[in-house]
Amino acid sequence: MSLTLALHHDGPPLDFVAEAPSGRITALVGPSGSGKTSILRAVAGLLRLKRSRIAFDGESWDDERTHRQTRERPIGLVPQGYALFPHMTVQGNVETALLHLAAPARRQRARECIALAHVAGLEQRRPNELSGGQKQRVALARAIARDPKVLLLDEPFSAVDRSTRKRLHVELHRLHAQLGNTILLVTHDLDEAAQLASQLLLVRHGRLLQAGPTAQVLTRPRCEEAARLLDIPNVFEARAQAARAGEAVQLQWGPHPLSAIAREPVAAGSLLRWAVLPTNVLLVRADKPRQHLENLVAATVDEVVELGAEALVWLRPDGVAHARLQMRLPARAVHRHAVRAGAQLTVSMRAGDLVPLERRGDRA
Amino acid sequence: MDWAAIRLSIELALATLAVLLPTALLVARWLAQTRLRGKPWIEGLLALPLVLPPTVIGYYLLVAMGGDSPLGRGFEALSGHTLAFSFTGLVVASVVFNIPFAVQPMQRAFEAIPQEIHEAARCCGLGARQALWRVELPLAWPGILSATVMTFAHTLGEFGVVLMVGGNIAGETRTVAISIYDRAQAFDHAAAGAMSLLLLAISLVTIAISYGLAERLMRRRRVA
Repeated sequence: MSLTLALHHDGPPLDFVAEAPSGRITALVGPSGSGKTSILRAVAGLLRLKRSRIAFDGESWDDERTHRQTRERPIGLVPQGYALFPHMTVQGNVETALLHLAAPARRQRARECIALAHVAGLEQRRPNELSGGQKQRVALARAIARDPKVLLLDEPFSAVDRSTRKRLHVELHRLHAQLGNTILLVTHDLDEAAQLASQLLLVRHGRLLQAGPTAQVLTRPRCEEAARLLDIPNVFEARAQAARAGEAVQLQWGPHPLSAIAREPVAAGSLLRWAVLPTNVLLVRADKPRQHLENLVAATVDEVVELGAEALVWLRPDGVAHARLQMRLPARAVHRHAVRAGAQLTVSMRAGDLVPLERRGDRA
Repeated sequence: MDWAAIRLSIELALATLAVLLPTALLVARWLAQTRLRGKPWIEGLLALPLVLPPTVIGYYLLVAMGGDSPLGRGFEALSGHTLAFSFTGLVVASVVFNIPFAVQPMQRAFEAIPQEIHEAARCCGLGARQALWRVELPLAWPGILSATVMTFAHTLGEFGVVLMVGGNIAGETRTVAISIYDRAQAFDHAAAGAMSLLLLAISLVTIAISYGLAERLMRRRRVA
């Protein structure tokens, strides 16, 4: 039970094959121009592609023989600018999605959706009399009016302030719990994806870079390109010993022997790129026993930048030329352990947190 | 004051609107949406009355309506009188020289509707006709109003084409603009002045009302 997509096109370039599980929130994440909105528009039937296969729960919406018109697809769309009909009231906007119902039923259903989206009381207002957050809610009310199986949200929270965004995140979770429909959410904001989506599709240049449960994708990039998109700065190269997929692989990073879990078979003596999240680089206290700690690396502190309650610390690992390892610490830990530029310290990284990266980045 | 000419001018303007508006509306909507390669040529052709001297348009219309042309012969066979120098001929000429005044404001108004709004209408399950009635026409309304007023005012004031195609037959083709010329030639400045003032007042009032209405509509619909 899922929304399956195989989209191929030249302008905008798309070569995208993916699946979004039914009844879940799936985030489509990628930089601007990566084709996220085109994918959403293709699902809505607003963009005709050179070749496409789109099916929902086994029902084909698009293939060589079928092209279901947008109005015949069980979808609701909240576009980036909301696209509310400016000449209609809030009630009118929502009722426009319900023209298949008789007038009394239409009014009733519109009122229900307006209440679900928390804009009750604004029925007679026009879009130019609404705030950004209210517009977003009205667009959502209109999108859910036809009880769509798939709800498509294109950067729905980008035009509202931070506090409104947080409230809207909570409301979307509640709405999803009530309606249980499949949601495809386009965003370039990793934090937003982490908060809202249980599944994540990482897109670049119209291709799927990585797919999976959000927590897993965010912490275990598959390739260097994914690591870069996920804003993971620590990507390095080490000499590897032979290992089979799923087994421990021994790496030599300058003078530091490291251990990781191989994702695919590794040839002896090959150069393996690996990544580690700054939050997974752990400071080792000088007075603590170290024998049980994995992957110890001695380093010199290069720079410390405090950002509120958090500090970013850049380290120069001993004996590894040009490498800068980033670590994140609570600001109070920086003060307590005298982590300042020039200080010598030791860090540890769990073998499971060192992520070997695939060489080729364009396979899902 | 030549009341017959004033009545004829108003009848001509209303007849022109009745024929031109529905057609121009569909053409404008099509032009606003089409990605046809030859679109600039079609737009150029429809805009020709703006740049050609009225006598040139009048001459071609006269030739097209004359007894030697298929149109002229066909009309004469059906109605028993010539198309040129008749009220019907004037309506045909008036429709032709008003095409850009009707099409362009409506085309701009349709073009101003964002693509997202069209797409939202489709996502709401609206068919093409429903989208036209419920979304596009209400949003393009200022342009339609502007086209109506421009066509009406322009028809009242057109001189060259009317003279070429209709001549100066009292009660049949003598419009108020021709009548003003006629009275001025006869040194009847009182009548020429009164009719000119009336035409000026009608033009000013209609244009001011249309601008005012359009602005009010736009203010109401502007998305903040």
